[in-house]
Parts: sequence; structure tokens; C-alpha cells
Amino acid sequence: MKNSLLNYTIHLADNAHILGHRLGEWCGHGPILEQDIAMTNISLDLIGQARSLYQYAAEIEGRGRTEDDIAYLRDAWDFRNVLLVEQPNGDFGKTMVRQFLFDAYNFLFYKELKNSNDQQLAAIAEKSLKEVTYHQRFSSEWVIRLGDGTEVSHEKVQNALNDLWMYTGELFVMNDFEKDMTNNGTGVDLEKLKPLWQEKVDYILKTATLAKPQNDWMQSGGKTGRHSEHLGFILAEMQFMQKTYPGQVW
Amino acid sequence: MADLNSLEAKFQEKIDNEIKIEPKDWMPEKYRQTLIRQISQHAHSEVVGMLPEGNWITRAPSLRRKVALLAKIQDEAGHGLYLYSAAETLGVERDDLIEQLHTGKAKYSSIFNYPTLTWADIGAVGWLVDGAAIMNQVMLTRTSYGPYSRAMVRICKEESFHQRQGYEILLTLSRGSEDQKRMLQDAVNRFWWPSLMMFGPSDKDSVHTAQAMKWKIKRKTNDELRQQFVDVCVDQARILGVTLPDPNLKWNEERGHYDFSEIDWDEFWNVVKGNGPCNKQRMDARIKAHEEGAWVREAAMAYAEKQAKRRKEETTQVA
Repeated sequence: MKNSLLNYTIHLADNAHILGHRLGEWCGHGPILEQDIAMTNISLDLIGQARSLYQYAAEIEGRGRTEDDIAYLRDAWDFRNVLLVEQPNGDFGKTMVRQFLFDAYNFLFYKELKNSNDQQLAAIAEKSLKEVTYHQRFSSEWVIRLGDGTEVSHEKVQNALNDLWMYTGELFVMNDFEKDMTNNGTGVDLEKLKPLWQEKVDYILKTATLAKPQNDWMQSGGKTGRHSEHLGFILAEMQFMQKTYPGQVW
Repeated sequence: MADLNSLEAKFQEKIDNEIKIEPKDWMPEKYRQTLIRQISQHAHSEVVGMLPEGNWITRAPSLRRKVALLAKIQDEAGHGLYLYSAAETLGVERDDLIEQLHTGKAKYSSIFNYPTLTWADIGAVGWLVDGAAIMNQVMLTRTSYGPYSRAMVRICKEESFHQRQGYEILLTLSRGSEDQKRMLQDAVNRFWWPSLMMFGPSDKDSVHTAQAMKWKIKRKTNDELRQQFVDVCVDQARILGVTLPDPNLKWNEERGHYDFSEIDWDEFWNVVKGNGPCNKQRMDARIKAHEEGAWVREAAMAYAEKQAKRRKEETTQVA
């Protein structure tokens, strides 16, 4: 059970960390200065959430590792984030679609996790929920604006949505550590979230005049450590300092 | 029509009496132009300055450092925004200013044309580059134009935090391994001279200084600020255990200041003219972000228009 709690916590931390890292890649390159600031804001929130979760994971593990040991000294197969968050930024539209699909899930997720019988996770969820509420508002507004903007923007976000759709199924596939955590009242029952997520996504896509993709083939594997090719490159960059200069204080 | 000379006399009297000039006040056209040039240059520097530091976001060595770096760069974007707004009070548009940056008509601080090659550079940028900027900005909190002065008060608070953060990065390296110490010294070697160049040409060659001092846009000359900067850095370098790369740097009892070597003005003018190590990369990156963002800005505009039209239609129906 301790192992499931550890994996569960690391899974949540990795989701936040990898998505935060991706958004950080935008910093200084955003389409509008205000949007640059907003994306960095979301990145900061997510990495902040990741830190709380990694710190908790280190505590659960009880082997004296730190948040940085967990973040920087694992290879891709030990990462437990969903495939969606590691997908490349693409253009601003693709980044916003990825963000919206994840935020809509994350919002519902933290809303439930707030009631977890694990006090630490419940507290992290409570704090994160405030942030994620804002993230969801930001990304849904942009999906609507771009979907219902110009012909060019409509086509770009529709394509992004079509490309990313196959990574949304994994959000609701429960694997062993999630089932364990749900059964003992710590984790969130993803089956229950699915219809709520669909409702939200349907509403936003309709408002944005976007068509819901019809393909129902879903990729998964991130939660069990089988990632897309992208994660290796993210880690190569992210972990470069820790691996080149092992054991230093920065 | 009011006599131009009397308007100018009144204007100068306000300046002499330390009364701030506000956007709606009469001001000489040259004062307005000087401020537009200076404030927009300053805004562009904040925005271009995001790039060399942004290089290290994805490679920051710890989560704590990554968060601090992201927050710092975000502050710079925020400074860019205040400054563009301050410039807009003088009757220019942000878009036009950005256009001037991209066509090379407007300048930005040359320091950002130097590369950030190691993690220690992020510390050196905080300590030296932000340190030099603060010298200038503290002076500008007392500048005669109200909106610029107020923007500076806010910016200075954040900048001094950045500088301490940069210094702390270097202090950590100074207590670390041989590799870390080597990184630290190398960064200081590369950033020392370009940081001194940040204060601009020597007073005798500065075309703008005299008028800017009379109008109290500037309150200290380039050389005065540069000397002040050198004086504070020496002790800070000693604590870090680094050597500042100038064999002639020594205390001059008589002057009560440190003497230092002449700046390599060829390098200075070369970088100003576009021949620095990263001038092209920096501009390319800014232009690319702007061009690739065009469809986003157009979509946002189109959507806002559609919404306004829908609201209008709804109101008409209700009526």
C-alpha cells in the first residue's frame, strides 16, 4: 500500500512537473507579452505543485532522498506522467489545447482529491485547486477565442485537437496504484470523473465551434512508464546539470 | 498662443524645483522624444533580456532554482509591460515601438548580446548585470518624468531581489566543488567588462548626457555610475573568492575610489552596431515570436469583434 501511495504521489508530481517544464519552454517566446507572463505563471504553479508532491513522495519513501533526487535522477521508465503532458508545445494553439484538455481533467481531479483521507494530499489538492481553477479558465478562454477567431486560427486549433485527442483516454484509465488508492479512500475514482470531463469538453468545443474528434483509438502507457519519444529529450535537457556534476549543491 | 520661450522657462522651472512632469503637462518636443527613446530602449532591454536567462530554464540544476529563474524572467516581462505603458503616456503605441526594435531603429542594452554559456552565468547576470542596472534605475526613481519615475520605484524593488538571488547562486558555487568554482570564475571573467559597458559611453563621448542632466532625466553621468558600480563590486568579489579580470584594479586613496582599466571601446561600439556574439540570435528570436504570434493576435481581435457584434445584436433584440 505504501508503494501505491508513493507511485500515486509521484504520478501526480510528474504530471505537474512535465507540463510545467513544457510551459517553461515558452518563456520569452510567447505571441504576446501578456500571454508570455500568463504561461510562465501557470508553469510556476505547476512546478510548485510538483515540488510539494515530490517532497511528500520523498517523505513516504523514507530513504533520505530529496525532491531533486526524485525529479532529476530517474530515467524515463520511472516517470509516471500521462503522455498528454509530455507532447511538444507546437504553436500557441496546440499548447492551449493540450493545456485545456489537461486542466479540465486536473480541475475535476483536485476537486475530488480535496476529500482524500490522506491529509497531505488533501491539503496539496486544496491549494492546487485554486490555481487550477484559474488555469482552466485561461486555457478554455483561449480555445474558444482561437476556435471562434479567424479561419486560420480555427484550422490550427482543430488540427491540434485532432492530434492530441488520442492522449486523452489515458487520463481515465486506472492502473494498479490508482485502483489501490481509490479502494482505500485516498485516491480519486477516475471513472466518475470521465462523464464530467466529457461534458465540460463538449461544452467548450461547441462554444469554440470546434468539432470533437471522432477517432476513439487512445494511446496510453505514461502512467506505467512507457512514454512517447519526447520524454527522453525533455529529461536529457532537464537533468543535464545533475548528471554532469553529480552530488553538488546548487 | 502662449509664447514658446515662456513655456520652456516654466517647464525648466518645474524641473529645477523638483516638480514631476506629468503626461498632460506641456513639455519640449525634444524632452518627449528623449524620453520615448530612453523608456522604449529600457522596455526593449527587459524583453530581450528574457532570452539569455530563458536559455537556462529547462536546464536549471534544481527545482528551487528553476522556480526562482522562471519568476525572475516573468518579472522582467512585467517590467517590459510597465515601461511600454509609461512610454505610451507620451503618445506612442507599443506596436510601433516593437516595430522599431525589430527593424533595428531602436536599441536595447548590449549586454544581452552576450551568451549565457553555463549555469554560473545565471548568477553572474543577477549579480553584475542586474547590479549595474540597479545603479542606473535607482537614479531613475528620481527622474523628472512622473510615470517613468513611478515605474522605476516598482522595478527597483524587484531588481534588488534579483540581484541578491544572483549573488546567492554565485555564493553557493563559491562554496562548492572545483568545477563549480571554475564555472564561477569563468562567468565573472566573461561578464565583468560587458557589465561595465552597460553604463554607456564615457562622459566625454556621450551625446545625450548634458541635456538629459539639465532636464533631470538623468541625475548622474555614465562615468559616475560606472565608478560607483566598480566600488561596490570589489568587496562583493572578495567574498566570492573571485578575481575581477582587470590587473589595474586598485584602491586610489586620493580619489577615494578604485582605479580601473580603460574599457575596450572598440568592442563596445562593435556590439552596439550589431556585431556582438548574439545580436542576430536575439533579434531573430524576438522577430520569430512576434511573427509566429501574428495569427494569435489576429484571432483574438476577430473574436473580440464578433463578441461585440453579438452583444449589440442581443441588446437590439431586447429593445
